Amino acid sequence: MTELLFGGAGILLFAMGLWSFLVHEPLLRKLIAFNVMGSGVFHILVAISERGALRPDPVPHALVLTGIVVAVSATALALALDRRLDDEDPDG
Amino acid sequence: MNRTPSLVVALLVAPLALVLLWAFHEALTQPSGARLADLAETSLSRTGVGNPVTAVLLSYRGYDTMLELGVLLAALLGIWSLGRVSPGFHPPELALTAMVAWVVPLLILTAGYLLWAGAERPGGAFQGGALLGAAGVILRLTGERRLGLPSERAQRRLAIAGIGAFLAVGLGTAAAGLGFLAYPESWSKWLILLIETATTLAVGMTLAAAYPGGPPGPAGNERDAP
Repeated sequence: MTELLFGGAGILLFAMGLWSFLVHEPLLRKLIAFNVMGSGVFHILVAISERGALRPDPVPHALVLTGIVVAVSATALALALDRRLDDEDPDG
Repeated sequence: MNRTPSLVVALLVAPLALVLLWAFHEALTQPSGARLADLAETSLSRTGVGNPVTAVLLSYRGYDTMLELGVLLAALLGIWSLGRVSPGFHPPELALTAMVAWVVPLLILTAGYLLWAGAERPGGAFQGGALLGAAGVILRLTGERRLGLPSERAQRRLAIAGIGAFLAVGLGTAAAGLGFLAYPESWSKWLILLIETATTLAVGMTLAAAYPGGPPGPAGNERDAP
């Protein structure tokens, strides 16, 4: 049951990320938590594309592939926004 | 961070995780039913590529991938429009600089290999682009302020190369009466390779340019003063 182990790890990452996202106040920590949640979702998608002896489904693989790149660039934008917020209001 | 709410949140998140685990286990143990994999497999010979993931990305779901490149472009435009930032890193040590002189050409070579291999084996435009972006980030970490990127003008052109190639091919096939992004079978492999090449460059450039933040600087390859 490799799929269950892999998907279970994904769900664990998702839950831990969600907890951190809700509990921590700084934007940077929320952003990291959000990325951990995203990694969990990618794990689950990759795990679920493998069904026993059948060939792995390429569609979730393709979704994860573009998803990673999009997540990285969206994170970069969020970091730039966060830094700009800090520049405007260093106390906030 | 307050102690009580974090415990309450943990108590709320834990059952959710258990429900998700149960649902995932159910999904795995049930028979899979109709899968897109079979459809992807049977039509693979008509796409001109042997790697089903590449076929999904560039052929079956080409429209989706094009829009994802639009998301990349939007993120980069957002970063560029947020104003200049001050560089924040130390001057590099000798060992790092020497290592980077080896690693960066290897990364570029591997990116090219992944782009070509993507047609038949694991690899493809996004993986190659990620390696190019990593090469830029490593250069930046050694104090190369421009990350080895070309002039501002060329950067703007590269940023739209991926979505531009998709649109050009899509409009071309539409004009030929085949429908948007419906490649003719005999050309399919080469059209996919053309779009993938542009996508690799666009993804690599976008990821590298996103790392330092701020708009592209003036031309010149200056390093930060030690």
